[in-house]
Amino acid sequence: MIIQFELNDQLVQVETQPGTTLLEYLRSIELYSVKHGCDHGECGACTVLLNQKAVNACLLLMPTLEGKKVETLEKFSTHQHINSMQETFLKAGAVQCGFCTPGMLLSLEALDREKLDLNEDDVRDALNGNLCRCTGYVKPVEAALKALKENKGKEVQS
Amino acid sequence: MKVIGKDIQRVDGPALVKGKPVFADDIRLKDILHVKILHSPVAHAKILQINTDQAEALDGVVAIFTHNDFKPHYYTTAGQGYPEPGPRDMRILDSTVRYVGDRVAFVAAETLEIAEQALKLIQVKYKELPCIFDAQESITAGFALHPAEGTSGIHDIDKNIAAHLDAELGDVEAALSESAHVFEGTYSTPFVQMAHIEPHISLTWLDNNNRLVIRTSTQVPHHVRRIVAEVLDIPVGRIRVIKPRIGGGFGGKQEILNEEVVGAVTLKTGRPARIEYTREEELFAARVRHPELVTFRLGFDENQHLTAIDLNILEDCGAYGPHALTVMSVTSQKALSMYKAPNIRVNGDGVYTNLPIGGAYRGYGAPQAFFPLESLIDEAAEAMGIDPIELRLKNVFQVGDDIPIAKILGEGREGFPMVLYSNEIAACLKEGRELSNWETIRANQQSGRFRRGIGVAVAGQGSGIPGIDMGSAFIKMNEDASFNLQVGATDLGTGSDTALAQIAAEVLNVSVDKIIVYSSDTDMTPFDTGAYASSTTYISGAAVKKAAEACKLMILEQGKKLLQTDDAKIVNTDVLGSDGQSISFSDICIKSFYTDEQQQIMGIASHLSYDSPPPYNATFAEVEVDTLTGIVRVIKLVSVTDAGQIINPKMAEGQVEGAIPQSLGMALTEFMPFDEKGRMLNLDFNSYHIYSAKDMPELVVRFVESNEPTGPYGAKAVAEIPISAPAPAVTNAIYQAVGVRIKHLPVKPEEVLAKIHLED
Repeated sequence: MIIQFELNDQLVQVETQPGTTLLEYLRSIELYSVKHGCDHGECGACTVLLNQKAVNACLLLMPTLEGKKVETLEKFSTHQHINSMQETFLKAGAVQCGFCTPGMLLSLEALDREKLDLNEDDVRDALNGNLCRCTGYVKPVEAALKALKENKGKEVQS
Repeated sequence: MKVIGKDIQRVDGPALVKGKPVFADDIRLKDILHVKILHSPVAHAKILQINTDQAEALDGVVAIFTHNDFKPHYYTTAGQGYPEPGPRDMRILDSTVRYVGDRVAFVAAETLEIAEQALKLIQVKYKELPCIFDAQESITAGFALHPAEGTSGIHDIDKNIAAHLDAELGDVEAALSESAHVFEGTYSTPFVQMAHIEPHISLTWLDNNNRLVIRTSTQVPHHVRRIVAEVLDIPVGRIRVIKPRIGGGFGGKQEILNEEVVGAVTLKTGRPARIEYTREEELFAARVRHPELVTFRLGFDENQHLTAIDLNILEDCGAYGPHALTVMSVTSQKALSMYKAPNIRVNGDGVYTNLPIGGAYRGYGAPQAFFPLESLIDEAAEAMGIDPIELRLKNVFQVGDDIPIAKILGEGREGFPMVLYSNEIAACLKEGRELSNWETIRANQQSGRFRRGIGVAVAGQGSGIPGIDMGSAFIKMNEDASFNLQVGATDLGTGSDTALAQIAAEVLNVSVDKIIVYSSDTDMTPFDTGAYASSTTYISGAAVKKAAEACKLMILEQGKKLLQTDDAKIVNTDVLGSDGQSISFSDICIKSFYTDEQQQIMGIASHLSYDSPPPYNATFAEVEVDTLTGIVRVIKLVSVTDAGQIINPKMAEGQVEGAIPQSLGMALTEFMPFDEKGRMLNLDFNSYHIYSAKDMPELVVRFVESNEPTGPYGAKAVAEIPISAPAPAVTNAIYQAVGVRIKHLPVKPEEVLAKIHLED
């Protein structure tokens, strides 16, 4: 079957099988920021944005994407620029192995789009679906609060 | 110092925050085969027959391997020094399976789906054998789980004892009988999962020269090369192991897990191949922390000074014993390196069962030591009527002390004498006591449904394995006075590439961005035993320091020649002659490449240490116990660590902050129940619960710096030390809150509840 949806601001037409997940598709086209961690929607390493919300790509079947809007982390940086959340993560030491980082960044992006006034509970709620075994979430939460409060929308040099 | 002790941003960070394809699986290989393992559904059985006809007939199946395809060869999967200290008891595929998850066969197919389908078509006839799910019963079961023929290094095959250790200093029995106070307690620590978010993933292919390339998520690339060469019977020189970025390991990747499987597929078919564990496979068929049943007897004199420590360990190493000896050995070494007692004794058995295989998990035996020890020390303090902090301070080893266990118990052989040159545990306890409001919380009389308590525990670890761990580094200079630093040391997400770059930059008077780190690739980087035993900063870091110093000396010598003087020195990034003329690093390199005194400026060095200075940690946990449900919640945790000179404060904090929830998980949320057939029951992250962002207590993380004279720039290790003390600090806090002493982890609310009612 052929489906059509928006992927990182581009309209794409994809020949797909009904049982293919969005995670499988994205990795097959080398959007490797989307990680494979558990296949059951538990770890959050495959988090993408679907119509502005953070979702697990491993749980989404391709046919359900018809007409929708998907964003992956690849969209948020160029060879010269990273966004303020990425910059803050770097400076705060919020990245250790970095495997869960793309998913965390997208969960926080969804939070940023959804809410104006944010507190630590909002950040922890947003990150609760992104399991991380390295950081204890301390520096990711610190970085998120800082970036969401102070640097909204600013682009910085990488 | 210019860059040591500074919050230098991670050198691998920019690529990671962009989600760049830096991990093992972020690569596409043409015509790749997908490999799946058929795992045993039964805990102990003889394979009578395997019929692969139907599976082979499936379109897209390229190769199927069973035990008939390999001649019996026994090895160990443990990524350790060589000859390996543990038993060689495992085959790539065996005709007997020994736990639910053991390998029965593996399939290579054109797609993952076909490989999975093929597994279902393989017909296996098992003759089920009696199972052993308890280490104590295993010793007296009367039948052996492993054969005598072909295996080696198993301590007592008939009693299923994979490994044994005993050592005594002084006369423990005599000392205990003469002690004013003797305390005894038996405690246990459970199976725990490493739970790195990136599963084990390995890809292999043949390069243009027919060499086997293995791109794998490993902590031990050089050990992988050696072991795979042995198992597949090809020369080491025909293998190249590439370690890209690693998505966490925590010891789970100090092992060859499937590299030999996927390598066998590529060697047979000539095609690239890929194997990735699912999360379910990670949970039931990878590696776990060894459960240990530990009994301590502590003797004290009338002044509350320890007279004797007697330690008995029963370790469940699961179906095979890759780390059986050494984990137990670390339990003993660390338990007996914390407190000074003139008489010490250890007796331990690592025993086979038909359960998952114990591996290397952060702390490596030390968490199994400190949960019992720190519980019993608390019990002893209460019984003797002394403050638990004071009792610890009275008995900890002091700077200048000889640590005798280091000499009598090494890694599978006699160790090396060790003197303590740095120990700030007293300062750690002092700072933690203040930050945790110890006095105030302890003084509060608790009543009502929710009761708070506070507990303390201390721990020590090591910095590398003395006399065994070796790291090396190669540095070469470029025209712009940048330097390529090539290390076999393996950054698995810890930040070691950055710490090593900081050490090189400090020596060479340049900024960290001038150091281009590459780790690790067995074709490109010099030997390193790998990322384990808290060795990277201390051992590999010292190798980097030496290599950078050699490189710097060469810059100076080359500068002298170019300035035509015998008397010059390095000032910043110039060589300055005594006559006032100078030449920059950059000009020295350019001339050395192209015009004058031509040669490559470089340095290479290796490092091995006979010392393994212990970092120390004091942890204070404040908990709240719900007396209606028995549920324990950690409110606040203060962790103060002496890791010598801190190379990078933010990264060091990150190590502590990440270790704490792993220990709290072992104490409170991570359960591995099995059914009566030895099948693990919780095979996903919903039921195997690791800490999430909302589960975290308030953390306060501090360092008390010491200067370790044997470490690079005074550094000791930091990766493992913070994982041991949180669990006993929590159970000590539970005791303080509700008077319930938990001796067997994990803490079960129903047990807490039952014991609260018993107290009432």
